Amino acid sequence: MFDLISFIPRAVVQGIPLLFGSTGETLTEKSGNLNLGIPGVMYIGGICGVIGAFLYEQSLPTPADMNGFLAVAIPLCTCLLGSLLAGFIYCFLTVTLRANQNVTGLALTTFGVGIGNFFGGSLIKLSGSAVPSIALSATSAYFHRSLPFADKCGVFGKLFLSYGFLAYVAVAVALIVSYILRHTRLGLHLRAVGENPNTADAAGINVGRYKYAATCIGSMIAGLGGLYYVMDYASGVWSNNAFGDRGWLAIALVIFTVWRPNIGVLASFLFGGLYILHMYIPSGMNLAVKELYKMLPYVVTIIVLIFTSLRNKRESQPPASLGLPYFREER
Amino acid sequence: MNKDTREPLFHISKRGAVKWYVSWLIRGSAVLLALVVCAVITMLMTGENPIRIYATIINGSFGTPRKIWVLMQNISMLLCVSLAVTPAFRMRFWNIGGEGQALAGCFASAACMILLRDTLPHWAIICCMVVTSIAAGALWGAIPAIFKARWNTNETLFTLMMNYIATQLVAYFCVVWESPKGSGQIGVINSRTEIGWLPVVGGQKYLLNIIIVAVLCVLMYIYLGYSKHGYEIAVVGESERTARYVGIKVDRIIIRTMLLSGGICGLAGLLLVGSTNHTLTTTLVGGRGFTAVMVSWLAKFNPVWMILTSFLIVFLERGAGEISTNFGLNQSFADILTGIILFFIIGSDFFINYRLNFRHAAGKELK
Repeated sequence: MFDLISFIPRAVVQGIPLLFGSTGETLTEKSGNLNLGIPGVMYIGGICGVIGAFLYEQSLPTPADMNGFLAVAIPLCTCLLGSLLAGFIYCFLTVTLRANQNVTGLALTTFGVGIGNFFGGSLIKLSGSAVPSIALSATSAYFHRSLPFADKCGVFGKLFLSYGFLAYVAVAVALIVSYILRHTRLGLHLRAVGENPNTADAAGINVGRYKYAATCIGSMIAGLGGLYYVMDYASGVWSNNAFGDRGWLAIALVIFTVWRPNIGVLASFLFGGLYILHMYIPSGMNLAVKELYKMLPYVVTIIVLIFTSLRNKRESQPPASLGLPYFREER
Repeated sequence: MNKDTREPLFHISKRGAVKWYVSWLIRGSAVLLALVVCAVITMLMTGENPIRIYATIINGSFGTPRKIWVLMQNISMLLCVSLAVTPAFRMRFWNIGGEGQALAGCFASAACMILLRDTLPHWAIICCMVVTSIAAGALWGAIPAIFKARWNTNETLFTLMMNYIATQLVAYFCVVWESPKGSGQIGVINSRTEIGWLPVVGGQKYLLNIIIVAVLCVLMYIYLGYSKHGYEIAVVGESERTARYVGIKVDRIIIRTMLLSGGICGLAGLLLVGSTNHTLTTTLVGGRGFTAVMVSWLAKFNPVWMILTSFLIVFLERGAGEISTNFGLNQSFADILTGIILFFIIGSDFFINYRLNFRHAAGKELK
């Protein structure tokens, strides 16, 4: 029947990119920026990590020469840098130039997916492989390495210790962001900027700076999701469009968690589970039903969206100025 | 004066309405600047000289009569979806579900073609297709609208999610109706009998779509600019409170407008299935629902200008596609170029709405 022990780790692995994405997007949205460019940012993060790892692997004569620290640090840095730049473009357009956030976000998604697939395709050509993908298995091995005693701990080890380090980073980042948002002055200021920038400005908070910081850091966190997907989940294999619609799912997750990254930890695993549930449902020969199961995450999101608006609880509403540009002289 | 409080280098103030040609001059120069940047990037990638790059872009759209027809067809489909989402945007209802609504229309018309092909005559099936696809699109648009109107549910996210539900629904039926069995694809529907295929006008496969969308564009221009409905939409978009105060039933306007918006998306779906592709796949709409948001916004929600902006986007896409095949780059290069150009145009809007006042200039005014 249903093999829960093998299902849960796979759901977690599916959920981690979503967790990164939704944590980043939550942080961004708390500053009042609805960054619909997150799918693009995650692509950019992923491909920048791949480029970094690819160049590093190419610069060495044999994979055996790889320095474990550099093998992790280089892709990590390129990934963070790439997604930071993407976030910066978005910020510059929406905060400094006060452009429409929806349009900017969609353009960033087009741009980011284009960047990902273009450089992915070019690298595939460069490496001259027969299959349309690049394999960075040496780098991936470092990302994928779990604790040495994980195998010996039986079910516990499989459920909790079998993941690469980025998975734990994802959970830690989500918890830290959640703590900062709810329990620190910094978080209070940030929420004030997202709820009512006029008031925040009057209270002496630098609205622009908070928006920039939150969106850029949010993009970097989201970019890590792309990196995790390539390096750990896909074992270092980049193939174009493989990342799929996970970016949008991450945005859905933000709503599902009612803008709380700590709920996001479990919710992302739930989403990951829903995402792969179709592989575990014994549907026999009927392949069509599986397609319906893939609908579940979106249906669940809509239901949550409706319920939060129905209940109209003040704690679970989107930031009040979400999606609106702020111009001080405008009433 | 206190030494610590220095006047910033410049400050921003809002401009009044600028003349239309000023705004288009600014936007035009943004496009030109973007094209220069794109050419530089392409040069770095390919090592070709820029003249050849531009020539290739133009060749990609206007090289042969067939390419021109394809260009026109793509423009008309993008324009159709853009026209569809525009009324909603005019009332600040951020419908980014054009993709799903169009796909719902595709699905409905394909369903009619498959399920009714043995029971009804050709003309009756076409009537059914028209009605059901428009109804399906309208339904897909109305669901988020009802929740927005009643409970103020966030429409951007709701319509976004509806896209994927439509995609999966189509994926489900792609397997159910697959032909040949086991392929997971529908293939060309009724390829032998041509039942449910829209008629070919004037010997050109794409002409029907182009005519329908052209008529639609004019109608939409009149509807938005010169009808009572259009006025009500504009009032709701400007200020919901004002609309309530003057007795406009805001929730009714929202639902009615989204029925219209979704319905036209459904029509786009009908044209895609009935007239162009004669098949059903999950990627049939091809991201037009998202691109339409940008087309509509770039044209400032004006249906006539939208012809220009959708031309611009399709032209670039085709041109960049041509570049990538000619110079051995991959297809996604088009997305990058489109992205860059969009960034420039989006950014240029700032200079239309705001004015930069530099420090010394401000000082002069005081004297």
